[in-house]
Amino acid sequence: MNLVTNNKWIGQRTIRPDGMDKVTGRAQFAADTTMPGMIWGKVLRSPHPHARIRGIDTSKAEKLAGVKAVVTSRDIVDFTIEKGAVMLGIQDMRWMCRNVMARDKALFPGHPVAAVAATTEAIAAEACKLIEVDYEVLPWSIEIEDAILPDAPILHEFNRWEGKPSNIMSRIEHKKGDLTEGFASADIVIERTFTTRPVHQGYIEPHACLISVAPDGKTTIWSSSQGQFMVRAMTSMLTGIPQSDIRAIPAEIGGGFGGKTIVYLEPLATMLAKKSGRPVKMVMTREEVMRATGPTSGSRSTVKIGVKKDGTITAAHGTFYLQAGAFPGSPIRGAAGCSFTPYDIPNLLSEGFDVCSNRSKVAAYRAPGAPIGAYAVECVMDEVAGALKMDPLDFRLKNAAKQGTKAAHGPTFPRIGYIETVEAAKSSPHYAAPLGEADKTSGKVRGRGVASGFWFNAGGESSAQVNITEDGNVVVTTGHPDIGGSRAGIANICAELLGIDYRRVSVIIGDTQTIGFSNLTGGSRVLFASSMVVTQSAEKVIQTLRERAAKIWNIDPEAVKWEQGAAHPVSPNAGQFEPLTLKELAEKAPAMGGPIGAGVQLNTQGADGGFGTHICDVEIDTELGIARVIRYTAVQDVGRAIHPGYVEGQLQGGVAQGIGWALNEEYIYTREGKVDNPGFLDYRMPVCSDLPMLDCIMVEVPNPKHPQGVKGVGEVPLVPVMAAVANAIHNALGLRFYSLPMSPPKVSAALDAGVRQAAE
Amino acid sequence: MADIRYLAPRTLDEAIGAFAAAGSAARILAGGTDLLVQVRSGIVKPGVIVDIKKISEMTEIAETADGGFRIGAAASGMALAEHPRFGKVWPGVLEAVNLIGSKQVQGRASAGGNLCNGSPAGDSVPAMIAAGAIVTVQGPDGRREMKVEEVPAGPGRTNLKPGEILVSFVLPPRAPGSGDAYLRMIPRTEMDIAVVGLGVSLTLENGVCTAARVGLGAVAPTALLVEAAGAALIGSKLDDAALEKAAEACRSACRPIDDKRGTIAYRVKTAGVLLKRTAAIAAQRATGK
Ligand SMILES: Cc1cc2nc3c(=O)[nH]c(=O)nc-3n(C[C@H](O)[C@H](O)[C@H](O)COP(=O)(O)OP(=O)(O)OC[C@H]3O[C@@H](n4cnc5c(N)ncnc54)[C@H](O)[C@@H]3O)c2cc1C
Repeated sequence: MNLVTNNKWIGQRTIRPDGMDKVTGRAQFAADTTMPGMIWGKVLRSPHPHARIRGIDTSKAEKLAGVKAVVTSRDIVDFTIEKGAVMLGIQDMRWMCRNVMARDKALFPGHPVAAVAATTEAIAAEACKLIEVDYEVLPWSIEIEDAILPDAPILHEFNRWEGKPSNIMSRIEHKKGDLTEGFASADIVIERTFTTRPVHQGYIEPHACLISVAPDGKTTIWSSSQGQFMVRAMTSMLTGIPQSDIRAIPAEIGGGFGGKTIVYLEPLATMLAKKSGRPVKMVMTREEVMRATGPTSGSRSTVKIGVKKDGTITAAHGTFYLQAGAFPGSPIRGAAGCSFTPYDIPNLLSEGFDVCSNRSKVAAYRAPGAPIGAYAVECVMDEVAGALKMDPLDFRLKNAAKQGTKAAHGPTFPRIGYIETVEAAKSSPHYAAPLGEADKTSGKVRGRGVASGFWFNAGGESSAQVNITEDGNVVVTTGHPDIGGSRAGIANICAELLGIDYRRVSVIIGDTQTIGFSNLTGGSRVLFASSMVVTQSAEKVIQTLRERAAKIWNIDPEAVKWEQGAAHPVSPNAGQFEPLTLKELAEKAPAMGGPIGAGVQLNTQGADGGFGTHICDVEIDTELGIARVIRYTAVQDVGRAIHPGYVEGQLQGGVAQGIGWALNEEYIYTREGKVDNPGFLDYRMPVCSDLPMLDCIMVEVPNPKHPQGVKGVGEVPLVPVMAAVANAIHNALGLRFYSLPMSPPKVSAALDAGVRQAAE
Repeated sequence: MADIRYLAPRTLDEAIGAFAAAGSAARILAGGTDLLVQVRSGIVKPGVIVDIKKISEMTEIAETADGGFRIGAAASGMALAEHPRFGKVWPGVLEAVNLIGSKQVQGRASAGGNLCNGSPAGDSVPAMIAAGAIVTVQGPDGRREMKVEEVPAGPGRTNLKPGEILVSFVLPPRAPGSGDAYLRMIPRTEMDIAVVGLGVSLTLENGVCTAARVGLGAVAPTALLVEAAGAALIGSKLDDAALEKAAEACRSACRPIDDKRGTIAYRVKTAGVLLKRTAAIAAQRATGK
């Protein structure tokens, strides 16, 4: 490890490269793009939760004046079920091809069945109404408890579970030790069942793209996504156009949180553009986003934990049923794999079940599955600590995973920072502060709760190019869309390595044909992976610069060091020369061997998991059942905070989303199986005034396998939140809620019923 | 797909002429914060839009000779907030109007639009009912006055006749010792729609309530005047028994539905809680504390 100490730029709150454009409205998002001759695409969507498509007649729509092209599933490459899985990352193209356009069956209200391109949006919408779809309406189910009934309507007839047709698509398990023995040796065993509702990622920017297909087949895609290479690959596979002919240009992205790791519009717009010969633009409405793009799973989890009187956990068992929506692929790996990971538990079984039902296909959402599992586990942990009369943080410390602990999902931990997060929480000003008096005259009470969480984090493919401009400045190109401030982090690192002011480093995101393959912006991988390839590229550049200086001075390159933006002789022994700056070397480049620049492409390894521990204070208006978070502290092992401002931004953003999930957000369905709240009025994400300042404590336990010690930070902060809020509400009211959201009508009804905590 | 004709007349007579002539395809545009949202989502497809903001009477806020207020139907929430006197006399009406949306929405949204939109959850309506506002409407057959609570007819509907436009609200002069207040229950802290909204206006003389009106929103097809709640307060010193009686009157006035925004039981209970809280604020204002 060559951890840079005495950093000048690493750890500084520099101005982000994209900041000015964003606050002045100059930034180009996908919906801002336009082209001469551009026409508009619209999607016709199924009104039914479940229906066989017996036929589609598009002739009337095609005859409408202004309509230039119509596509249906016939225009999308079919990945047949019998031929088996065709994986792209974690997505099976058999499901992707059916999700972007329904084939034999429509599986949720909002499922695309056809798409139209016309000269105006209004004509395209009108044409959609002229398409006649012959549906055979089928019975449906949405909730897990309905979908797993023996006589439930089956979404995918080919699927068998225990020999019978079923909506349970798969099971995952992580196992350690002997469960029976473990529970037998426990003094206290607590088992609880929890449910959560589907919640949407809630990015502000709806999905949008503009696509042009030239007569020679060369295709250009401007779109908002978490990965231009994913867009290129999926569009290629779904349209049959080779990747070399598709240039996917990443627009600035207005939030994704995992929801933009798959395509919805691009294959349709590509085929519309190909058929019409015109550039086609498509922009979803908020309602389409809410109905047809992935929220995360609703869930049903049962968690059982056994402890000895001294607080040692002897055994734990978790069963996590997650809604996948229309196609298999719910994040059971995150739920089963992450939920118990902060703890060293000798006997453990953690199982996940992937359940299909008639709602939109899930898409990744920040630490997919982990917050759902942690909610159940961390609430039971709190209840157990209560039964033991132990401080909940001490209980966690007693059982904390550390270096050498074997996690049930496989790895034996290297040096990890979980204990540090619990200790930092314990010694935080927040934990030491009294709760403070609530205004009792209006029936207000306060409470405090804590919870921990873990996320795997990821490495993977990344490419970078570092070029020195002719005037001696730096342009860095990477291949991952910047959602969380990664460009600012890269600028800090590059400035540090080259010893120059960060404002001399320009960081841009390349498109698929100008930078090497780079995997999705997801899994909290981007700064980890891209700073590795940027560091190696910058080191190559520095090597070139030293060689150039050595040549000019006529000494050995080993006798040249790079410091503070210039080449210096390593010592007076090497020779007496005035330093050669980056600017001077750039000017001399043409005569000294040509342009200076280097690129590196790697499948990066060595991403360490991340841990966090949160403290939440709530105040509850007991007359109205309204719970408000009044103080919150997120403690996290962040490895190394390259740009502390954007690390805090990640922590605060995750917490804000978790508070929404805990208190108000939920998909509500009508009796007809349709989403009843497809907009931000009734899908209640928190607004600024709902939240206190969200405090952050960044614990830095550097990752020894990374040149700057970076660990992923973007997903962990959502994992503990719902449990922290639920535990705080329990502390305030003495009431436990076993379902989310803890919305005012629910809290009020529970208070009225005077339900008391079972364990008390 | 048909085009929309946009008119912005300078006089009320012109507006009424154009509005009446265009018939059912026409819509009045005040701030547009309801109308334009409805047009965009395809709920309404007007052939003609008559913008009334260019008519001075429609945006005027005037203190009348007797100490009352006349508020133009299209005056924005922000204009009302900036009026030097209005908020001192009718703090409850002002806070209700100012609760609508955000700063941006406030620059446009009007009390007239809030009332004519016909939402049972409109925030300014219960406060206006509590205040005893009288509205002036004008149509092809001339002007008439209505009590504000008579305007809503049901979700999205009003008792205005075809071609009639709401011109202004008149709020009566205030007796000494009067105060008003408005509270709403929303799950969030802003940018939300009332699950229950409740306005109280009352007058205290030597600690005894001599006049009281209670307006209740979002718990029935229209906002309601709860006369029994007012009656329960009048003659009392706003003691617990009187407040409980008024709260009970509010609870029994509720005819809510179970929906995505709240359950019947929750709305009924909340109406009672809000009565007590709102009355306490109004009383505090009445006594100048
Ligand atoms: C982001 C957002 C947040 C909102 N928050 C709230 C809230 O918190 N509380 C709340 O109550 N509402 C809220 N609203 C709804 C809306 O802002 C209010 O109802 C507002 O008062 C409408 O006033 P306006 O002047 O914009 O009406 P417009 O949209 O111009 O008109 C509304 C309706 O009334 C009719 N109309 C208007 N004026 C007249 C007139 N003089 N005579 C006859 N008919 C007329 C119009 O034809 C239309 O049908 C919100 C809206 C948005 C977009």
